[in-house]
Amino acid sequence: MIRVQYFARLRELTGKGQETLDRDQLTVQQLLDWAEETYPGFGKDDIQVAVNEEYALPEDIIRSGDECAFIPPVSGG
Amino acid sequence: MKPFEVVETPIDPQVYSDYVLHAGAGAVTLFTGHVREWTHGVRTVYLAYEAYVPMAEKKLAEIGMEMETKWPGVKVAIAHRIGELHISDIAVVIAVSSPHRKAAYEANEYAIERIKEVVPIWKKEIWEDGEEWLGAQKKYPDKGVGSV
Repeated sequence: MIRVQYFARLRELTGKGQETLDRDQLTVQQLLDWAEETYPGFGKDDIQVAVNEEYALPEDIIRSGDECAFIPPVSGG
Repeated sequence: MKPFEVVETPIDPQVYSDYVLHAGAGAVTLFTGHVREWTHGVRTVYLAYEAYVPMAEKKLAEIGMEMETKWPGVKVAIAHRIGELHISDIAVVIAVSSPHRKAAYEANEYAIERIKEVVPIWKKEIWEDGEEWLGAQKKYPDKGVGSV
């Protein structure tokens, strides 16, 4: 089970703040591909993934129990 | 208060300034970022900020560590407010103390630039006739913000 969180534009697009994926393991790129397929207009090319509160690279492995978050372009300050 | 925090209530900058001040400090720079009414000719009614709070606080603390590495002797506190903010409200405060003024100025500017790059906080502009989430960031910043 992998928990994913959505923020800002993505929270509004998906209509939810978080959900769980019944997967044991996948790469960051596979997670992005899944999101794009599940939510048309997700815009994966501009989105980063944080795994356990740290920015991850496309080839990084996500495992069951990890906390993931989709990070659209930030705009704090 | 925590030295690196995301808050939902109005920011009192004095609290952060007091936190960084100590007997060895000859300078304190206090930056406050405010909600601006006009941006590129469009009038903002209010802003809505959202954060991935635990990661945002962790990234703020990492920026603080980067600053201490680059400018030894600085002491830092940073707070960002989320929720609904109106014109002139303080969105962010950065307090930096250092033995001499140059480091306090430079480190303070570094902090706001890094916040805009890596801290998971988002701003939505609400206008009289619409709204939009803003954002512009490199796709993959250096992995691990702590690496300077």
